[in-house]
Amino acid sequence: MIQQLENLLQVSDINVSFGGLKALSNVNLSVPSNRVTAVIGPNGAGKTTLFNVISGFYSADSGSIQYEKMDLLTMPAHSRSKIGISRTFQNIALFPGMSVLENIKLGAHAQLKTNVFSAAIYLGSAAREERAISERIYDRLLNLLELEDYADRSISGLPYGIQKRIELARALAGEPKLLMLDEPFAGMNTAEKANMANHMRQIIERTNITVLLIDHDMESIMSIADSISVLNFGSLIASGTPSEIQKNPAVIDAYLGEE
Amino acid sequence: MNLFLEFSLVGIASGGIYVLSALSFVIVYKATNIFNFATGEMMMFGTYFFYVFDTQLGFGWIVGLAAGLTSAAILAMIIERVLLRPLLGRPHLVLIMVTFGVGSILRGLAGMIWGPTVRQLPEILPRTPIFIGDILLPGKLAWGFVIAGVIAALFMAYYKYSRAGIAIRATATDQITAESLGINIRGVFLLAWALAGVLAAASGIITASVNGVTPQLGLVALNVLAVVMLAGMNSVGGVILAGLFIGWIETVVGAYFGAAWQSFVPYLIVLLVMIVKPSGLFGEEKVERI
Amino acid sequence: MNQHTSFLRKKPKLDIFANPNAELVFWCIFAVGLMMVPVFGSAYFLYMACLVCINLVATVGLNITVGYAGLLSIGHSAFLGVGAYASALAFLHMGTPLALNIVIGAVSAFSVGLVFGLPALRIKGVHLAIATLAAQYSLYFIFQQWTSVTGGDRGLSLPKTDILGMGDTGFYYVVAFVALITSIAARNLFRTRIGRSFIAVREKDYAAQVLGINVVGVKLMAFGIGAAYAGIAGALLAAFLRIVNPDQFTLTSSVFFLAAVVVGGRGSILGAMLGAVFMTLMPEILREGISFAMGPEADMASVLSPLREIIFGALIVGFLIFEPRGLVGIVRRIMGHREVVDAGTGH
Ligand SMILES: Nc1ncnc2c1ncn2[C@@H]1O[C@H](COP(=O)(O)OP(=O)(O)OP(=O)(O)O)[C@@H](O)[C@H]1O
Ligand SMILES: [Mg+2]
Repeated sequence: MIQQLENLLQVSDINVSFGGLKALSNVNLSVPSNRVTAVIGPNGAGKTTLFNVISGFYSADSGSIQYEKMDLLTMPAHSRSKIGISRTFQNIALFPGMSVLENIKLGAHAQLKTNVFSAAIYLGSAAREERAISERIYDRLLNLLELEDYADRSISGLPYGIQKRIELARALAGEPKLLMLDEPFAGMNTAEKANMANHMRQIIERTNITVLLIDHDMESIMSIADSISVLNFGSLIASGTPSEIQKNPAVIDAYLGEE
Repeated sequence: MNLFLEFSLVGIASGGIYVLSALSFVIVYKATNIFNFATGEMMMFGTYFFYVFDTQLGFGWIVGLAAGLTSAAILAMIIERVLLRPLLGRPHLVLIMVTFGVGSILRGLAGMIWGPTVRQLPEILPRTPIFIGDILLPGKLAWGFVIAGVIAALFMAYYKYSRAGIAIRATATDQITAESLGINIRGVFLLAWALAGVLAAASGIITASVNGVTPQLGLVALNVLAVVMLAGMNSVGGVILAGLFIGWIETVVGAYFGAAWQSFVPYLIVLLVMIVKPSGLFGEEKVERI
Repeated sequence: MNQHTSFLRKKPKLDIFANPNAELVFWCIFAVGLMMVPVFGSAYFLYMACLVCINLVATVGLNITVGYAGLLSIGHSAFLGVGAYASALAFLHMGTPLALNIVIGAVSAFSVGLVFGLPALRIKGVHLAIATLAAQYSLYFIFQQWTSVTGGDRGLSLPKTDILGMGDTGFYYVVAFVALITSIAARNLFRTRIGRSFIAVREKDYAAQVLGINVVGVKLMAFGIGAAYAGIAGALLAAFLRIVNPDQFTLTSSVFFLAAVVVGGRGSILGAMLGAVFMTLMPEILREGISFAMGPEADMASVLSPLREIIFGALIVGFLIFEPRGLVGIVRRIMGHREVVDAGTGH
């Protein structure tokens, strides 16, 4: 298969430290368009930190991050949604004070246009926009992720697996180009994992979305990732196709060292 | 120049009292992460406790002081145990609102019990002015400063070296780790509040020994907030410098621009600190974990 | 109707307001109720109704700031003061009409609010509470000391505003209309992305950022709207009482509004309405109670003002501990809803 891969996201020489701790050192990562790239590594390797730098939560000591020719590190955290970057969190970050539907609608916040004044009047454009986004979410997301029955439920009290799916739906509601998932399979049983992987495969097939995901579950990762990068103690120790990574001695070492 | 020196000394001396109530504030903030908007009212109520035992019940100032400070500690512990403890784990906003509500209750209670009139405290501190070179300092102010200094030093020593102080500091650094090391977190909370009650009462009594006590005494807490903001909310050492500084600048501004401007100093400092260095001069900034 | 919209009409689970039909009925009853007041009420009743409506506007505003956006403002009455003084001065010096005075009140309180809010809201944490406390005292101080403009302690006296030659009744209709419009407007915000962004910022600001919400901007907006509502209430208050003086805008009256928000129910427009009614009527009942208990010659002021501080404070503390959802929570419990208390971490 000879194909010129264009990188949607390019992480170059990123360094991050917290006090004395070096959380990321000279990390490089290419995320090709329309592919699934996975980041793995033992606990505390710096995977979530990498996501947080890309999201603009942590600032890097040095290095750069390019996304569609834009320099992400100079942009405020909240500007990423508008340019097509969305993510989920390792510890589910839904809003318990709102309904499931409202949570998912928030995923499209940056695409909606209602301002304070049109919202206060809520005639015409504001009402129309709300109706349109509700219908879009019902049509494209709720049935795809089997969430129809939960739309007007409150978040709290819903099972973990459902909450994970709601967060995925929220991340998709803005129709992102780059979807970053931090441990989407964590805390799930085998059936739930298979179900989640299935949902993800459907999403990847239907849209030309680029996925960057973190997880510990090798089986799930092998089944959906096109390429894998391995972090250990803040450094990138390997990257390649799933089968290459499986055979890589440094990777095996890193994981055995953990046990 | 001499006049300036005199204003400066008076200012620094009055700043000494701010240090005590700022310490009261910071100890609660460090140990429990609660921003105590009732600090001023705890100060005022502690002073009334002293007044009750000393003057109203006629026990004299030694018993009055012991009983007053003890009552202040008990009041603070009741606030922690009865009103705040049940709310642990609820949003931060809720805990802060509760301290704000408690402040209102205490102001009202004081107004109800002792009325709006000024109550004079007994003359414990000598009136005789103190001369430093040819600069004159009012006696009560100077002695008040000395006493505040001694109390602050005792507190610092306790905080640094006693087992309890170390437990408080461990809790302030990392609650979960402290708990796993076997530190009784709830005990630490209670102790921090008790200490805060004593510190606040002491600063209230010293303040009131000059002008007497009214239910409005707690309004100085606003100046104390300026101190805490300037120092950084979690800096025990910083509040000493900041307290003296605020006392100094207030007095100097008051002397040269008039009392009206003096009242604006704390607000201006609060706003300025927020704009220039929100974590304060000595406060530490943490990267929030996400 | 396709299946989606019919699904949207499913039975309410989160809010009384979740059912559009029930809500429409609610607002209609509310509007008709407001209209009927002058027909059935005495002069005193009309007076109280005006006061309730004015407090309602201020409370709905504070609930947007505190309840929905989770920003603690403890100097709300100072912003009422700004609205009251600004509109009174405009009226006295330029003879501006009431409608314009209301706008002036809103704009001036919004602008002054930004002066205090802007430095505080850039930072995470309780800084807004500190800044608004500073606003409370420094604005009071300005009202009191800037005698040449504000009239000092005596304040400003205003001539009567006559609306369409209807006297007090006419004025009441204006106040009631403003209360209705501002409540509906506030409710509408929470049907849209604007309201959702307030709640998101309250509950998890980092997640809000990922969703494209400018956290500082949203906080400023929520705080500014609260201040603007206070300014509207202040302008109405000035025209209603026809006197503006510093003692109307003390810390106690800020505690009053915070209590109204907590008692009614944080994060609920209906709650703000209930809270405003409850808190406006409570001191009246208190006054009656005291004069009944202590005889008509009792020294009202010296008992009533500390008693108010105690009761307002105790209501805040008591409701936060025992009924964090406020009166709305009680109403819902009676109607058989179960609810999670204070979900979210609210940094
Ligand atoms: N805000 C922070 N402040 C201080 N240290 C941090 C912060 N965030 C992360 N760290 C540290 O950085 C290192 C990397 O953490 P990170 O969360 O990125 O690991 P991870 O690879 O996601 O691990 P896991 O698989 O357990 O989620 C850890 O040692 C962690 O303690
Ligand atoms: Mg992680």
